[in-house]
Amino acid sequence: MKKLNDFMVKTFCNAPCHIAKRDDIVWWKAWIIRIVSVLLALIVCGVITVALTKLNPIKMYITMFEGAVGTSRLVWNLFQNTAILLCISLAVTPAFKMRFWNIGAEGQVLIGGLATAACMIFLGGRLPNPVLIPIMLVVSIVAGSIWGLVPAYFKTKFNSNETLFTLMMNYIAIQIVAYFTLEWSVPKGSGTPRTLEFGQLPTLLDQKYLINILIVAVITIIMYIYLKYSKQGYEISVVGESEKTAKYVGINVKKVVLRTMAISGAICGIAGFLLVAGTDHSLKSDTAGGRGFTAIMVSWLAKFHPVFMIVTSLLIVFLEKGASKISEVYRLNSSFSDIITGIIIFFIIGSEFFINYKVKFNKKEKEAKV
Amino acid sequence: MEQNFALELKNITKTFGSVVANKNVSLQVRKGEILSILGENGSGKTTLMNMVSGIYYPDSGQMFIDGNEVTIASPKDAFNYRIGMIHQHFKLVDVFSAAENIVLGLEDEKGFDMAKNIEKINKITAQYGFELDPHKKIYEMSVSEKQTVEIIKVLFRGADILILDEPTAVLTPQETVKLFMVLRNMRESGKAIIIITHKLHEVLSLSDNVAVLRKGEYVGTVKTAETSESELTEMMVGKKISLDIERSEPENCEDRLVVDSISCVNREGVKLLDNVSFTARSGEILGIAGIAGSGQRELLEAIAGLQHLDSGSVIYHDPKTNQEENLRDKTPMEIRQMGVRLAFVPEDRLGMGLVGNMDIVDNMMLRSYKKGKSMFLQRKNPKSLAEEIIERLEVVTPSADTPVRRLSGGNVQKILVGREIASSPTVLMAAYPVRGLDINSSYTIYNLLNEQKKKGVAVIFVGEDLDVLIELCDRILVIGSGRIAGTVDGRNTTKEEIGLLMTKSSREEQEGGSEE
Repeated sequence: MKKLNDFMVKTFCNAPCHIAKRDDIVWWKAWIIRIVSVLLALIVCGVITVALTKLNPIKMYITMFEGAVGTSRLVWNLFQNTAILLCISLAVTPAFKMRFWNIGAEGQVLIGGLATAACMIFLGGRLPNPVLIPIMLVVSIVAGSIWGLVPAYFKTKFNSNETLFTLMMNYIAIQIVAYFTLEWSVPKGSGTPRTLEFGQLPTLLDQKYLINILIVAVITIIMYIYLKYSKQGYEISVVGESEKTAKYVGINVKKVVLRTMAISGAICGIAGFLLVAGTDHSLKSDTAGGRGFTAIMVSWLAKFHPVFMIVTSLLIVFLEKGASKISEVYRLNSSFSDIITGIIIFFIIGSEFFINYKVKFNKKEKEAKV
Repeated sequence: MEQNFALELKNITKTFGSVVANKNVSLQVRKGEILSILGENGSGKTTLMNMVSGIYYPDSGQMFIDGNEVTIASPKDAFNYRIGMIHQHFKLVDVFSAAENIVLGLEDEKGFDMAKNIEKINKITAQYGFELDPHKKIYEMSVSEKQTVEIIKVLFRGADILILDEPTAVLTPQETVKLFMVLRNMRESGKAIIIITHKLHEVLSLSDNVAVLRKGEYVGTVKTAETSESELTEMMVGKKISLDIERSEPENCEDRLVVDSISCVNREGVKLLDNVSFTARSGEILGIAGIAGSGQRELLEAIAGLQHLDSGSVIYHDPKTNQEENLRDKTPMEIRQMGVRLAFVPEDRLGMGLVGNMDIVDNMMLRSYKKGKSMFLQRKNPKSLAEEIIERLEVVTPSADTPVRRLSGGNVQKILVGREIASSPTVLMAAYPVRGLDINSSYTIYNLLNEQKKKGVAVIFVGEDLDVLIELCDRILVIGSGRIAGTVDGRNTTKEEIGLLMTKSSREEQEGGSEE
């Protein structure tokens, strides 16, 4: 016992460094830390690449870059994917700011997409597109916000755990969509998703994704203003920071929770609408493709700031696209690209630690040897 | 070496970020001696002792026990060196008995004999003059009994150096006397005792030596016998200040708030407030005294519309319209919309009165953000209000855009009180408004309350320091276990009278409980 204790003292107390919290960091220092961490990540990835595949890491990074932004088509693709991810990240942000852990964006997006697809199938051809598309938009917003309101209602009424609740709502949504995918597939029951011809979003300036990007840009600005300058946004912050304070000043907390989750679900619904009507023109159970979860990371990394989210979502999509290109070109298992993305994201998240804390090196005490 | 100190600290320094909690602190305590560590809140007393008891690790400096240099890296090390700390917040298992809590966590030595342990506990209680039933469960105990368990716990583990962090903060005057007697007995038997405190009269009546800290720096150690209250204050604050609170005669008293037999229960059905009635009058400070957790918080929250009431009424007399309004079962928003200008400085400043992560301007808006029809916030008035408060109350802050959690306790409180007063209230309720504040800030707050009183506001002041209550308040309401134990006149009452009322009601309740 004594020995163990001595050992602990030696290792932990006489260690060359210890960790202390930082007060505040100048913004440019924070960015230097972030950039250094990305560079370190690239070096570590390079080492691992050489060790595992014997490939030249620099060539690999060039491939990665080309895979993400090599051609103008790829660039548009990148922006389009970023826009969707950003849209979903914007959707979860108000809920997160309120400390309502909405991890059900995946389901809310799918339900929004399902609603859009249903409109395209049942109303398509009977109504002209200029009438049909607004209807699709409204219906998807309503569907998404209902999917968001259900867990919020149970939270306010019975104080249920919103994390589990929103998570399980995802599986319900996935199964419902899976059912309708089969139901609507051509031929029926074959599983090949039907291409939805009516109600596709128009092509602007010969770019089919431009309208998606513009819509998300508008949502970004609105969300920024909403959170920062509106009374409702202020209420969200107060409720998130301290429910007790909110009650003390007379904010109706339940109302704020319901309203915010309705908004969160509604924007997810719009993301579903953009995916089905603007991008895929079909509906599958993996239409959301895990973006509902990735969005959580985007939102956190940007510290819930809508403008920073443009950067974080772009970064993550860039990494995904680039890494999958590596796997494709060098005929590597797709896990390899996941490893690369994982390492880079790990370093970026890790850099936040060094922004919040500093490592101090203990001065060697001269008396120790005497 | 001539005489070894039981504990000696040399040049201890500890920083948290850029905050220096302790800077080159040195002090010594001998066996059979009581040392007080005196300092205002935030002067680093607790941090220093936490390093001795192994909770923090110093950045630099040395510690000696019985003359040998030691490294204390964990509470376990501290325990090996026979150091025991009694924290301000007790760390006991509620459903266990006193004896079970005391032996909890001890290493097994071939077979466990509870009877033997209880015998040992009884021996300790008898030796030092404690009063404790080892079989009593913690949840049945009063705060002072719980404290006794904590002290016996460290003695049972063989501690020779005892550290008590603000031990009297939660005790009535009578219980304090008892505790001091026990501590003196321990001193006689050769223990080294350190007590952390900011109460001057306790220092003078109990300790042999006083070490004074100011803003993390070690000011010096003086012999208690050779010092005085004013000298110690000067050492603590760094300058001479007068310790008198002015008290003007109440003028134009009218009934402003009439609370009539209100009662409420918590989720478990325990009565938090039991048939409480009183009247708060304009131009008067009404003090509320009582042991912590006797229903003070619920009482204020009930008036503010935050606590559901089962019976009774809260009648507000509007000075402008002369109408009577019942505030019961109204939400804070409804109360404000009725035109009732009720200001409330809650006990939990950053958790309830303010939002720690928001800047001063946004915190100013908390009360007023809803004004106007626009869906957007209007930050111009809150900003000028923030600047006004910063200037008038001398708030130390880098700017109005600084998150309030970065400010010191006194400045946080000035922001909160400033905001509440800015609404020109007719009723001002303040719960422990000077808790954790340094002397200067405390007096700023007392002056603000007095200023409001002169303006004809009905001030309700919940306090813990009986000396202050007696000096500041016109009438003092004593509350115990959710019941009013009595009302006394602040001008001709004594601490003993209030202390007796505080304990009377809780004793009655215990007796009543055992009969059932």
